[in-house]
Amino acid sequence: MSKILEMINITKCFPGVMANDNVTLAVEAGEVHSLLGENGAGKSTLMNVLCGLYRPTFGSIRLDGEEVKFSSARDAMARGIGMVHQHFMLIPTMTVLDNCLIGAKDAGKFVLDRKTTAEKLTELIEKYDMKVDLNAKVGSLSVGQRQRVEIIKVLYRGARILILDEPTAVLTPQETLELFEMIRSLTEHNFTVLFISHKLNEVKEISDKVTVLRQGCVTGTYKTDDCSVEDLARLMVGREIDLSVKRAEREKGEILLDVKNLSLKNAEDQKRLLEDICFDVREGEILGVAGVDGNGQSELVECLTGMQVASSGEIVYKGQNLRKMKTREIMSNGISHIPQDRQKTGLIMPMTLVENFALQDYYREEFGKSVYLNWAAVTEHSKKLIKDFSIKTPSELELAQNLSGGNQQKVIIAREISRHPELLIAMHPTRGLDVGAIEYIHQQLVEQRNKGIGILLVSTELEEIMKLSDRIIVMYEGKIMGTVKPSDITIEEMGLMMGGQALESIRAKKAV
Amino acid sequence: MGVLNSISSYIATDIRMAAPILLAGLGLLLVNWSGLLYIGAEGTMLISAFAAVAGSFYLGSVWAGLLFGMIAGALFGLIFAFLTVTLRANQTVVGVALNVLGASLSATLNRVIFGVETTIAKIDTFETMAIPGLSKIPVIGPAFFNHMPIVYLAFLMVPLISFFLFRTQQGLNLRSVGENPRVSDTLGINVYRTRYTASILGNMIIGIGGAFLSTGLLNFFTEDMVSGRGYIALAAVIFGKYKPAGVMLAAMIFMAGNVVSNILQVSGAAIPYTFLTMIPYVLTIVALVVFASRAVAPNALGKPYKRG
Repeated sequence: MSKILEMINITKCFPGVMANDNVTLAVEAGEVHSLLGENGAGKSTLMNVLCGLYRPTFGSIRLDGEEVKFSSARDAMARGIGMVHQHFMLIPTMTVLDNCLIGAKDAGKFVLDRKTTAEKLTELIEKYDMKVDLNAKVGSLSVGQRQRVEIIKVLYRGARILILDEPTAVLTPQETLELFEMIRSLTEHNFTVLFISHKLNEVKEISDKVTVLRQGCVTGTYKTDDCSVEDLARLMVGREIDLSVKRAEREKGEILLDVKNLSLKNAEDQKRLLEDICFDVREGEILGVAGVDGNGQSELVECLTGMQVASSGEIVYKGQNLRKMKTREIMSNGISHIPQDRQKTGLIMPMTLVENFALQDYYREEFGKSVYLNWAAVTEHSKKLIKDFSIKTPSELELAQNLSGGNQQKVIIAREISRHPELLIAMHPTRGLDVGAIEYIHQQLVEQRNKGIGILLVSTELEEIMKLSDRIIVMYEGKIMGTVKPSDITIEEMGLMMGGQALESIRAKKAV
Repeated sequence: MGVLNSISSYIATDIRMAAPILLAGLGLLLVNWSGLLYIGAEGTMLISAFAAVAGSFYLGSVWAGLLFGMIAGALFGLIFAFLTVTLRANQTVVGVALNVLGASLSATLNRVIFGVETTIAKIDTFETMAIPGLSKIPVIGPAFFNHMPIVYLAFLMVPLISFFLFRTQQGLNLRSVGENPRVSDTLGINVYRTRYTASILGNMIIGIGGAFLSTGLLNFFTEDMVSGRGYIALAAVIFGKYKPAGVMLAAMIFMAGNVVSNILQVSGAAIPYTFLTMIPYVLTIVALVVFASRAVAPNALGKPYKRG
């Protein structure tokens, strides 16, 4: 096989940071080549160099042995390199066809030739069996279908090398399988796929070769068949890591939070955002809420924390109904909340850590009386939390925005856990963090559970949910598809529930 | 026959009065579809109305006046694009500033050039151009085919701009920039250049509307003569759901209010004159209240774009 693409000694410096340090990557035609690395390892930078968005500080790129220089995404596209971005580059109000036509360059054509384009696209769709309606508005398509549109768009523009940037992040397990089939069918037709991911299992499954990046450097390129998942994890993180969690089995605790028939309607169009949600959280258990992003999880947490008032139903906690209570009342009742977006709703980025630590409890007597804040007490408290939770920061007066993502998340967790809650609501607590930080946060959550605290854990990472939860509920379009124990369920069944099938109907089908 | 003739003349008036609003609305449409929120149409129309009179006065031709009006509009478009696209200033604030600039600059230049006397400088103006044959059809002829050239131009631009926006590559690119500039950028479209072009061309068309006010509907310039038409155009765009035909319909409906008020004034109804002249504006407000929430604006409208 010939080398279709070589990136030789690529170095990319940003002010103060070396994002890529002497990276060399060789890709053969027709293979699936994974780029594995943690967040911030330099995967995206390298791909942005390849598709013309960045220019390398040093180094060269060779296509079919010929040296090339790209100054824009269009240059790279013209040479057959197409990128499918993690956040889809599609316009929801336009049709699939029009989305493929935006910016098309058919040699000076003024009037759109929708008919010819539609024929060409239909050919592509049939060849790779992609099942997309060209005249549908993109906004009406599912996430999986949108991704297919992105791939079609790139193919239509003549890509031979496809870069897929974290393509499975938004997909259900079934959609992921479909994507993998599509990738295989593409490589059979001699397309080359660069697959960027930090998910070890997927990399192991789909790729022929894998290049591991760590802190901007290549740790090596390996044949996937020669490496185990554990090997890959070690290569990616640079040390042995323990992917398992130690959990003590516990007696069934008392019911702490009892949610009954909770419903929420959108005020504008009366659309049901939550429908008849029923579940309970017990002392000393982690209840996982699984589901693809945007299926009512945010709304559920907002209702529980008083940021929205549910239209009907009850939220019973310690004998009180929380449904119409204000956030402050709920939070002062022994409930803590790790919000879904640490930078938008978890912290105030331009404030110091001391101020951020004080946000939740500034009104309590230990931190000040009447209008005065007792800065000495707050600072003392902050110093203690920074030490206890080993938060890496030059001082407690550092601004929150200057911390790394993992340390920002630790600040929130320290703040919320130090309030000694009885119920902890955690939403996407590890989103976008590196393996080390994830490990730490998982330990913290399990430790709290073992202490007898009830935890509601909302996450879109299926592995995380399966690993940590005592019980799991799966949400789809504002409804609960089933409540299960992780030991009683397969990943496949989870995937079907995340795609909108109720547990009973799945089991009933199996029985037949 | 008398009733039919009056109806015919009412329609003719409606069309004539709607033309400047239609032009301003179509210009705004181009600017808006590129994702720029421009509320300075009033200012553009004022400066163009003045420039058209000055051009016609100095060069002795109303067409030269029109050219002046278009250049003045284009300059406003350039200023707006520079401030909001290159410097990423707040689009609403710059729009307000250009309204103030248009009003005061046109008034100042008018006093400098024509003085404050009450006599009106004689200038060349647009004249009606009957379409041979068609204008002879009874009732329909005088209503639709006996107008000034700019009126025909305005209504001809409706299908043209519609075709451009929805049937051409450039139109699709323009709309994609208004919906999501980052998408356009990844597909090799120059977002900044697209927005500059839309702002300049759009304001040129708004300028034609302004020029027509002072050299077509009237034959002189007075301070604040646009009297809110720029804002009515803004409303027409929303009411017309960002589609050229919709804008045309809206302009016609709003100005029909004007015709109604004229009829009532002439018929000597016992309603004070000031209330009657309010009709088109009240109609605009009502239309906006009822329809504004249903309008589908381009997604990136009013949001500045920064590369990288």
